[in-house]
Amino acid sequence: MLYRVAGQYKTSYEADYALFPVKQDAWLLGFILLIAFVIFPLTANEFVFRALLTPVLIYSLAALGLNILTGYAGQLSLGTGAFMGVGAYACYKLITIFPEMNLIVAIALSGFFSASIGVAFGLPSLRIKGFYLAIATLAAQFFLVWLFQKWAWLYNYSASGAIQVPNMRMFGITIAGPNATALTQYYVVLCVVTVVTLFAINITRGRIGRIWKAVRDMDIAAELVGINLMKAKLMAFFVSSYIVGVSGALFVFLWRGAAEANLFDIPLSFRVLFIVIIGGLGSILGNYLGAILIVALPVIIGNVPGFFGIPISSSSVEHINIMIIGALIITFLILEPHGLARYWAVIREKLIIWPFPH
Amino acid sequence: MDFLHSILIQPFADMFGAPDFLVQVLWEGAVSGVLYALIALGFVLIFKSSRIFNFAQGIMVVFAALTLVGLHERGVPALLALPMTLGVMFILTVCIERVVLRPLVNQPDIIFFMATIGITLFLIGFGEIIFGGENKRMITEELMIPTGSFEFEPFGGFVLIEQRDVTVVAGAILLVAGLLLFLNKSKMGRAIRALGDDHQAALSVGISLSTIWVIVWFIAGVIALVTGIAWGSRAGVSFALEVIAYKALPVLMLGGLESVSGAIIGGLMIGILEKLFEIYWGQPLLGGNTEAWFAYVLALVVLLFRPQGLFGEKIIERV
Repeated sequence: MLYRVAGQYKTSYEADYALFPVKQDAWLLGFILLIAFVIFPLTANEFVFRALLTPVLIYSLAALGLNILTGYAGQLSLGTGAFMGVGAYACYKLITIFPEMNLIVAIALSGFFSASIGVAFGLPSLRIKGFYLAIATLAAQFFLVWLFQKWAWLYNYSASGAIQVPNMRMFGITIAGPNATALTQYYVVLCVVTVVTLFAINITRGRIGRIWKAVRDMDIAAELVGINLMKAKLMAFFVSSYIVGVSGALFVFLWRGAAEANLFDIPLSFRVLFIVIIGGLGSILGNYLGAILIVALPVIIGNVPGFFGIPISSSSVEHINIMIIGALIITFLILEPHGLARYWAVIREKLIIWPFPH
Repeated sequence: MDFLHSILIQPFADMFGAPDFLVQVLWEGAVSGVLYALIALGFVLIFKSSRIFNFAQGIMVVFAALTLVGLHERGVPALLALPMTLGVMFILTVCIERVVLRPLVNQPDIIFFMATIGITLFLIGFGEIIFGGENKRMITEELMIPTGSFEFEPFGGFVLIEQRDVTVVAGAILLVAGLLLFLNKSKMGRAIRALGDDHQAALSVGISLSTIWVIVWFIAGVIALVTGIAWGSRAGVSFALEVIAYKALPVLMLGGLESVSGAIIGGLMIGILEKLFEIYWGQPLLGGNTEAWFAYVLALVVLLFRPQGLFGEKIIERV
């Protein structure tokens, strides 16, 4: 009904390959942006920003980074958490060395540090692949977290071994640190995420994205048609770790406020991987759907049974949560390997041909 | 010069200056190496027969040890708890085959890998709900594992060897020997190897995929139980044990994913080398705790030169 494509004629290839071949997609996106930029800030409270909205955005950005590497370029990585850590620590060092630096600039620059580390650990992908590569990225995970702990220069020799975000101002408003309000932080994160997502959408549907997909689907065939595998894979590692590093900097500076090395350990990497699997490999939208599910799940488990008069202790919420995520992963792999994003695709196709079934 | 001296000369001077301590370090390394090798063996067995990279092997170790201790806590005598734990592992295996593996037949390898991550999470949550997450003592004496120690005085020094470590090594050797005998001599073992070589061909001569999967996963469960008892008697039983599973992954890279001997030799190598590196280089020069990453970096360096691992089959496509 709303999704009627009748009358939308395409007379050129440009129109056929446009960002929104169907007009309603653009309206829907505009509606979502309206909710995110206007409706949520007007209605949500402090708790919702801190516990739901900001983490959803940051986790979906991290998942977007991993999805580019795993979903588009086909290189499985288990070291996402460590690369987030590189972004966070690089951003911390940047603002301590240059205190006048704009936070947004520092975050954008810190992505380059994690990108270069990501490329260094991506080098084995030129010789090995599949499981061997996944274990090789675990090397980054263990080595970097150890480095965050032992290299005191990284956390400015503080006694606690943790990094603390100072109060930072931009255009006269405190945007990071203990004095910042949840609303301003949410806006900053939302803007960064929107810009990066736009960039990611365009890079994945352009020439580079198609090269990555070719490498993912069959690397030998890709090489035969003249794709430089080395360049393509390292490029995927670069772009992916850049986005992951930015999300790590946001994670610490605009959400957690402080971090120590253990925060970037394996559980974080896995949480991002689960978002990608449940959301849908090789889909931009999936990252957001997956992140919403993963962030909201513990809140739902903690509150819904209490609503029915069965209170659950916080530790069992944790256990039930992890059990359900495990079960969800298996269920999704069996029933719908393309994840939540696939469900939206099905619904959209149904809407386009509605009310006729064929 | 000082720097080079502290890297290249001082550690060796320390080693030969105190040979008794070196022997102690080597023995400790070898014992943990045997345990890494055991976990890696569980991985290899499943990978060889079904091309599934079973990430859940580590949590199976924890789950088996927890079940054993948990049953004992609820009043089951230790020697009865052992077969009961095996029964639980068998039920778990059948469930995994029915619920997870069977619907996924013919999917790409990577999907199976992710499914085993799902199993891992499920078992972590399930185990914590049933047994609680706190550290428990392994029932070493109750299982009649000796707990004393031998003392030697070689080179005028002092070396202490725990009897339970000797038992662990002996048990591991027996287990591996039994396993190799089973794989190479028995009819079922031949079927498992056939399935590993070629699924289609094995199916067409009447080998049942699901039976073999249950058997192989159950054997991996037995190995997990043995590893759990051995490691639990050293460090207690809790979910922190899962960390040793991460140690088995570089062993696999080093030894090759489908090589039984690679898992054993790789495990011993990593166990000994990481202890040596930690004691003689890591602690004086790098601030310690290098065991967290040494195995991975070693495996990574080896892989750059030999992508198939030290003993792996050379079927990895060159990229």
